[in-house]
Amino acid sequence: MGQTISFQPVRHGAAAQAGGAPAAGPQGPGPGPAQQSAAMPHAPSLPAAPHVADVLGVVVSHVWLNDEYRHLVLEAPEPAPLAQAGQFFNLECPHTAEDKPFLRRPMSLYRADPAYGRVEFLYKVTGVGTRALASIKVGRTMRLLGPLGVGFSIPETAKDIVVLGRGVGLATLAPLAEMAAARGIGVTAILSARSAAMVMSVERFAAIGARIRVVLDTDGSSDPVNVEMLLRDAAAGGRADAFYTCGSNRLMLLMQRIGRELAIPGEVALEQQMACGLGMCFCCVRNFSVDGAVEARRVCTEGPVFPLDEAMPW
Amino acid sequence: MVDAATLHGAGPGPALTIDQTVRIGRLTLRNAVMPASGTFAETLAGIVPFEQLGALVTKTVTPQLRGGNPTPRVCEVGQGMLNAIGIPSKGLDHFVAETLPLYRGVPTPLVASVSALSADAFADAVRRLDVPGVAAIEANISCPNIEEDGKAFAMDPRPTALVVEKMRRATSLPLWVKLSPNTGDVASVARAAEAAGADALVVANTILAMSIDIETFRPRLGNVMGGLSGPAVKPIVVRMVYQCARAVDIPVIGCGGIATAADAVEYMLAGAAAVQVGTATFVRPTAMLTVIDGLVDYCRRKGFARVADLTGAIHDADLTVDTHEAAS
Repeated sequence: MGQTISFQPVRHGAAAQAGGAPAAGPQGPGPGPAQQSAAMPHAPSLPAAPHVADVLGVVVSHVWLNDEYRHLVLEAPEPAPLAQAGQFFNLECPHTAEDKPFLRRPMSLYRADPAYGRVEFLYKVTGVGTRALASIKVGRTMRLLGPLGVGFSIPETAKDIVVLGRGVGLATLAPLAEMAAARGIGVTAILSARSAAMVMSVERFAAIGARIRVVLDTDGSSDPVNVEMLLRDAAAGGRADAFYTCGSNRLMLLMQRIGRELAIPGEVALEQQMACGLGMCFCCVRNFSVDGAVEARRVCTEGPVFPLDEAMPW
Repeated sequence: MVDAATLHGAGPGPALTIDQTVRIGRLTLRNAVMPASGTFAETLAGIVPFEQLGALVTKTVTPQLRGGNPTPRVCEVGQGMLNAIGIPSKGLDHFVAETLPLYRGVPTPLVASVSALSADAFADAVRRLDVPGVAAIEANISCPNIEEDGKAFAMDPRPTALVVEKMRRATSLPLWVKLSPNTGDVASVARAAEAAGADALVVANTILAMSIDIETFRPRLGNVMGGLSGPAVKPIVVRMVYQCARAVDIPVIGCGGIATAADAVEYMLAGAAAVQVGTATFVRPTAMLTVIDGLVDYCRRKGFARVADLTGAIHDADLTVDTHEAAS
């Protein structure tokens, strides 16, 4: 490969902002595309080592959105606010009298705002880590490692995309919708949830003018048959140049099937139990189907956003 | 001994310069701190300047491609974690062709961790790793996941001697042997490795352990059993380092639950010549840098001119070890 390790990693912001695949493409090993020119002639930065740092963030807001979801806003120095849609951070959760999470918790980006130096997360309180995280008060500090992983990419030719999310997966798709809108790309957002109170981020999708379809368990509209109809409608209307999904195995399989049938490219954001978040421990692998063979990839480094066509059910 | 008060007296007097170098056999390391195998990769470069570490230890490479274990591969247990990764590896050829060149120009000794399923395969692997860019071999003869029920060479002196002898004949590189804590008599295994030609010992790998989810009744690891690491294991491994350091003349590198300089000091007092930081890097990626700085601060505070002088500096001459307790 002829690369050596750079101690002064080059900012990858430009590559990511271009909107195409970030420098660290998920498409596995082998000599990658032409290397970016680097500051040091004999020490180009590794393609898999973008600008990452463990920084101290200050909590500026932390509120309940409903009975299960909390919204955390941190003020944090760069590179944290340079995070792109689909990337994640490894958060050092506080300890409480009851909950003492030992490992960090990976959490996908809800919003990054370089102008105000802020990063936001939306999470569901489910276990030791998120219960402890929920205890942190405004004004307190916490460490966050990131931005990590490969974010979403939108094909250069796409004019309209469809995002399909469920539960907390909607939070991961919100910044993608905004990235698309910023490039003048139309967004159809199919938002699935158990009940109306659990639909996250509708206002985020509404603010960018997305065509919003809320589907719920309570009225049966979240049934895959109905969601399939919505996907086919979007495709038939010429509004589905790319598919994106997060948060549901069932919906991922549905979108994958329709995407294959109609030759619509897509991406899925996945999660997995993690330790380091940096590709060192190999804890967070998932299996992918690549040309008929099963291939294990690290969610933290090769992902968390993967080609929809290669994803396997979980 | 210099009084701590004089060293930390008022005013900005010149700080005592501490010699941080340590010797591991014929290798001199910049300082006593290096990563534990499996907790380090080139992706850490943007966060930890590699030229500030004592050595770099790669993830264990196996002769052939290995897929690793089913998920979940990790779970946390109190102040520690269980892992059953299963040594996924792209194989030795990939390591030599693709991984090693990444470290070209990094002025820190690279230690290649290697594992194999037989003594002959170990010897062959070690021979193939005798290439420019590899400063030493760390033979992982202790990984508890690799064979049925975690059985490994390092559980007994005889297979340890056999595999180390074969590796010794296969390479002139410094040969570090990583021992297992999953043995009843680690000192005898240490002596066997030394007699067979090891240049240094790494004590120790993870402790075979298990956890069950009481809601689902399922083991919390896909492999059922895994290795325990983190602060939870430290007192056990400090004891093993102490036993090994007394049993052999070659350097012992301590590894088990080190997250702070205080942890590293404790290992060195017990007899470690250097330390490996592993799980702590997952929790705090810059942990190794904190340990390096803290060791210097500690030496200043306690009046040691050299970090190496901490090795074996435990005051225990007036105490006797209950050998029954120690050997059980």
